[in-house]
Amino acid sequence: MIGMPTAPGRGVLETTLRDHRESGHKLLVPYVTGGMDDEWLVTVEAVAGAGADAIEVGIPFSDPMIDGPVIQEASLRALGRGTTPTGILADLGRLHVGIPVVVMTYYNLIYRAGHQRIAGLMAESGVSGAIIPDLPLEELEPWARAADDAGIATVLLVAPSTPPERIAAICRRSRGFVYGVGRMGVTGEQSSLAGSAREVAERVRAATELPVCIGIGVSTPEQATTVCEVADGVVVGSALVRRLLEGAGPVGAAEFVSSLRVALDGG
Amino acid sequence: MSGPHSGPHSLSESESELIMGDPGPSGRFGEFGGRFVPESLVPACMELEASFRRAWIDPAFRRELDHLLHSYGGRPTPVTECLRLSEELGVRVLLKREDLAHTGSHKINNVVGQALLARRMGKKRLIAETGAGQHGVATATAAALFGMECVVYMGAVDMERQALNVFRMELLGAEVRSVESGSRTLKDAVNEALRDWVASVDTTHYCLGSVMGPHPYPWMVRELQRVVGDESRAQCREILDGKDPDVVVACAGGGSNAAGTFAGFADGTSSVLVGVEAAGGAAMHNGIPGVLHGMRSALMQDESGQILEAESISAGLDYPGIGPEHAHLAAIGRARYETAGDTEVVEAFQRLSKTEGIIPALESAHAVAWVIRVAGTEVLPTGSTVLITLSGRGDKDVAQVRDILRRGETTPR
Ligand SMILES: Cc1ncc(COP(=O)(O)O)c(C=O)c1O
Repeated sequence: MIGMPTAPGRGVLETTLRDHRESGHKLLVPYVTGGMDDEWLVTVEAVAGAGADAIEVGIPFSDPMIDGPVIQEASLRALGRGTTPTGILADLGRLHVGIPVVVMTYYNLIYRAGHQRIAGLMAESGVSGAIIPDLPLEELEPWARAADDAGIATVLLVAPSTPPERIAAICRRSRGFVYGVGRMGVTGEQSSLAGSAREVAERVRAATELPVCIGIGVSTPEQATTVCEVADGVVVGSALVRRLLEGAGPVGAAEFVSSLRVALDGG
Repeated sequence: MSGPHSGPHSLSESESELIMGDPGPSGRFGEFGGRFVPESLVPACMELEASFRRAWIDPAFRRELDHLLHSYGGRPTPVTECLRLSEELGVRVLLKREDLAHTGSHKINNVVGQALLARRMGKKRLIAETGAGQHGVATATAAALFGMECVVYMGAVDMERQALNVFRMELLGAEVRSVESGSRTLKDAVNEALRDWVASVDTTHYCLGSVMGPHPYPWMVRELQRVVGDESRAQCREILDGKDPDVVVACAGGGSNAAGTFAGFADGTSSVLVGVEAAGGAAMHNGIPGVLHGMRSALMQDESGQILEAESISAGLDYPGIGPEHAHLAAIGRARYETAGDTEVVEAFQRLSKTEGIIPALESAHAVAWVIRVAGTEVLPTGSTVLITLSGRGDKDVAQVRDILRRGETTPR
């Protein structure tokens, strides 16, 4: 697109994920809703220590339209505890997990805070990337410019419905990695992997050198390994958050993430 | 791909100069509008825009739509002069009678158009959100007419206060799904409909009920509702010896009856355009710019950007946002936005019933209430002429109003 800035130097997120990929390792990116319970920071640390390559932290929004019931519930609990975007970022700033942290949130929270201000706060908190699912390519620029300037990698999504030319444009503008949406639908666990997950992985794989992670509808170690026959990695959200809502706690969360790690490592 | 902000390439010059013209491929009305949806839905929105653009300039499509709106929908609806109310208020009050359209509100105009479009696109299933139930009833009606499957999302709170409309939708063959998330009203029903659409977009058309959501909905729904304004303008000229009304008023939830009405007057008249929101859902008064449901517009939100819950007696206006074109019309000063409170709305509901024999929808009663309040002041001086779009009839609301009056209060929750 005209006026798009050229790619800046690879940030921490891309460098880390590329390094891990080059060492023959599949990428595991667990998702936790920030502020969902009193222990969420301990959970983030535990999950990071259980073999994650990066971690995605959700900043809860009142109207999470791309999320299914599990993450809706976690968001509701987080908001009920008085969780705010700046509060989450401040908490993350005190955390040392040793892997890149990517925040996931909805655009209104970014827009309300101001692009530069929130990008700056993310950078100060040690966050290295952001996923904003309701901000498609056409609406991206004001945020993406601020994010690039602050060194925050804006990870873009490719869906099963995305046509080929658009995949190429999205991959060019994505930073850190490309998030392949595994199925047409909202976040949530699935008993079986949608056929679209592999197809999306193949299409994105063919369009970019960036690491390709598939999320939405990847729920089990078996599904993760199947997708990773094509993709570089997986994002696992609802399956983990459901366990946390059911009281698994940091220990249970780490156990589940370990089981994904073991499966991805061929164990 | 073509740059989204590269300008309105497909617009004739005259269209782009209109106040309520074609927003072009970016879907922008000034700084408002746009298409803020997950990537999964972007191709569907683009396909819908392209289909609507083709249909809207296709004489065959327009003929079929006009024919259906006439032979099935009961158009044109009349403009009625309120003789007794005019005398009491000292201003000449005209009503555009959308209450007389099939299914009892303006919602049918939009829905017949979208159902025709869905059929053209080969979609066999319609989904919709509904607040008061009027848009759900209209969608269920169109689905029955075209033999389509229909699922309507409705907040649990609204299902309770509009129980009769739930039954009507079921009679018409639709499935009504109760939405239990968030404030369990219209905003949450939109979320749920969008969630359905992400998973079903191949087979399903999302029949959005107002001038909100991602591009092309705000523009498309306004164009489909334009018939209200175009008819009104011609009818007013007959009644007013070639003149336009001094003031044109409509209630605004998402803002579709207002946008359709304003579209007939925004260009080429100096009529003052007034949208009346519910005091408890007044996005234009209490909101600030934000992004929700695919659009940038005025939104009620807290300091972090979390969306606030609207609270109104009328389910159809219980929405924390408003269509983006309204935010733009306010920004450029072409329309102004006012509010009406629950108490005066219930009074207006009764007054129009008694003076004119017309029971208005509670939503429409907001516009009437504002006129009653300001008649004789400088906004609406004695002797001036006002057109009110009576967006719907009050049958759906009589049980609720009876309960309110029996309890002697106006806050039903
Ligand atoms: C009779 C009536 N008027 C108005 C509205 C509000 O919608 P809009 O602002 O889109 O016209 C509704 C919505 O349910 C309605 O039923």
